Amino acid sequence: MDETGNRHYPDKPPKVYLFGTCLIDMFCPEAGMDTVRLLEREGIEVHFPADQTCCGQPAHSSGFPEQTRAVALAQMRLFPEPWPVIVPSGSCAGMMRHHYPKVFADDPRLLAEATALADRIFELSEFLLHVARVSLSDSGQPARVALHTSCAARREMGTQVHARALLAQLPGVDVGLHEHESECCGFGGTFSLKHPAISSAMAGDKVDALKETGAETFLSADCGCMLSLNHTLQKRGDPFQGQHLASFLWQRTNPEGGRR
Amino acid sequence: MNAQNNSQINAQANTQALRFVPASEFKERAAVAVADAHLRKSFRGAMDFLIAKRAAQFPDPVALESQRGLAEHIRKYSLARLPDLLEQLERNLTANGVQVHWAENPEQANAIIINIARRHSTKLMVKGKSMVSEEIELNHAMADAGMEALESDMGEYIVQLDGEKPSHIIMPAIHKTKLEIARLFAAKVPGAGYTESVDELIGIGRAVLREKFMTAEIGLSGVNFAVAETGTLCLVENEGNGRMCTTVPGVHIAITGIEKVVEKLEHVPPLFALLTRSATGQAITTYLNMISGPRKPGEKDGPREMHLVLVDNGRTQAYSDEQLRSTLQCIRCGACMNHCPVYTRIGGHAYGTTYPGPIGEIISPHMLGLAATHVLPTASSLCGACGEVCPVKIPIPDLLIRLRGEAQHDARPGHAPMLGQGAAKSALVDAIWSGWAALYTRPALYRAFGWLATRFRALTPPMQSGWTVSRTPLKPAKRTLHEQMAARERR
Ligand code: SF4
Repeated sequence: MDETGNRHYPDKPPKVYLFGTCLIDMFCPEAGMDTVRLLEREGIEVHFPADQTCCGQPAHSSGFPEQTRAVALAQMRLFPEPWPVIVPSGSCAGMMRHHYPKVFADDPRLLAEATALADRIFELSEFLLHVARVSLSDSGQPARVALHTSCAARREMGTQVHARALLAQLPGVDVGLHEHESECCGFGGTFSLKHPAISSAMAGDKVDALKETGAETFLSADCGCMLSLNHTLQKRGDPFQGQHLASFLWQRTNPEGGRR
Repeated sequence: MNAQNNSQINAQANTQALRFVPASEFKERAAVAVADAHLRKSFRGAMDFLIAKRAAQFPDPVALESQRGLAEHIRKYSLARLPDLLEQLERNLTANGVQVHWAENPEQANAIIINIARRHSTKLMVKGKSMVSEEIELNHAMADAGMEALESDMGEYIVQLDGEKPSHIIMPAIHKTKLEIARLFAAKVPGAGYTESVDELIGIGRAVLREKFMTAEIGLSGVNFAVAETGTLCLVENEGNGRMCTTVPGVHIAITGIEKVVEKLEHVPPLFALLTRSATGQAITTYLNMISGPRKPGEKDGPREMHLVLVDNGRTQAYSDEQLRSTLQCIRCGACMNHCPVYTRIGGHAYGTTYPGPIGEIISPHMLGLAATHVLPTASSLCGACGEVCPVKIPIPDLLIRLRGEAQHDARPGHAPMLGQGAAKSALVDAIWSGWAALYTRPALYRAFGWLATRFRALTPPMQSGWTVSRTPLKPAKRTLHEQMAARERR
């Protein structure tokens, strides 16, 4: 269910915050940089609070509420201005939008803070589509892609709808549907470490399904899923690889065709 | 055992008692199941079929949401008044001539049933489908007491014949192919020839069961909804065996968990409508039995004696916690397992508990304790598919997270400890998360860590726990996003 269906969207703001997420910070910073480029091209100034670390989701999903609160609290204070906070990851956006209020449910003051922040959290594709209201112009060769919209991205942030709508603005891009599209890719954070056999089976099935579309690449708005699937493919010796949605959108729509 | 020549009993004797499953074995069983291509393919096919059938019943997502909202509300309302409703149910059933029994645990429940059975010199009990009877392992208890308990639901019959446990709460034999059933019947059903025709196989089962219904002293059934106001037990089924079990033998024993009660008759239709659609994608089942008591003077059929056994078995523990109480909203439709990517890959037996899949992961810890089950709540990627389809809106992922926490910590202040509280506590894991929180709450330290990890990326360990089982190792990028953004700002 697209929980963002009834969301009231603000006008395009002059400034936004970027919450980069720990995985993008360490493993796919180019997705973060491409997010900045996409936003700046819309005339939006991007502020990146240097003290940000991680949304706290790993501890939250592992059953460590105390540690979750400590880390979440450290992030909550980093966005004092009333600007939207852009998160180029569905699951981290879901954590900050839907789970922060639960994490702080027993403290009225923190709950109010968490709820106020949750209101300003936007997953990137949702923001581009509904707030920045981009109209993208395609400058790439015809391409067939597959789209993986992970569990939290889909169920908490409606990314499959937003990302599809953005890609539909690109006439040269054909988005293939894969089998069991709504099914989890098996990453699940620490799940992939705790239950490798099950997680691997899920990742294997997902890459098979993505490849069967005949796509050249697959796109994901979640760095975690993308890494899990890319490294699964690499272990198989398969050259098929996925890309973060932000990077794909930037490369397709930037006439210089790439990065500065 | 006084019925050694009976094939069903023999099959029974081979059954492994699966009630207590060491946590460490879940992973081994799951790994074996995942590697079984045949099992995976058949579960995937079966689940796809059920998913499509359910989806066809809910074409309008807005309507579905309002139905789910209503169903959730009814279940929450009922649970909020559970103690009162149970007393009201007992009063009204008693007035209707039904004897009500309370069992705190499986031993008590079995003892109650065996006592009734002994009083009637029972040789044979026929059973309609009841997961609570699986939960208390009634068939074993009956066999130990020298009496036969025969499953009459076709799926349950198949599973019992093969000395197995159900692998799904709605479709107990879903792990079996037609050919396996054909071979099983030829080998185990006296006088049955080999056939691969589904109709003929069902015919064989029916013929056996027909005769048993006539001779059984006791019929046992489950309960889907118990209506407090009228003292009515509702039983949802497709095969008619439930009606046979509850009307033909002289004694009917119904067994159910204490959470199944609703206040009013009008609370049943909204739940019933979602139950059948969510479970098998049927708009309605072939039978909905509403049972309000034994045969009355002048009536021509129905049992002469009727009992209800209300089983707690850990439900009170779930009930006593505001958040965990939602576990008891469950109407046992099985949709969460049908949609679970983990269940789909490993099947029901790998869990080792009566209830597999997401509902099993959240309810088994109350029944069996966290010491035996703490691994189960971890067997989820928290993808949310279960919570999304649950017709009574149980927030299953949130409950999984909560149980993960309870397994690894002492009880929170003001909360009673759960059975097996803290069973998975580990000083090492505690230290890892404390270290993690220390790093992620100290921005300067975090940035320094990022700087080091990117500079020494060549030294990234090649083996990274479960990750590298089927993936190449993760390697930090050349420069973190933090560094790149800082560099931009300087320009
Ligand atoms: S938890 Fe929800 S989906 Fe799962 S069996 Fe119970 S009612 Fe059905």
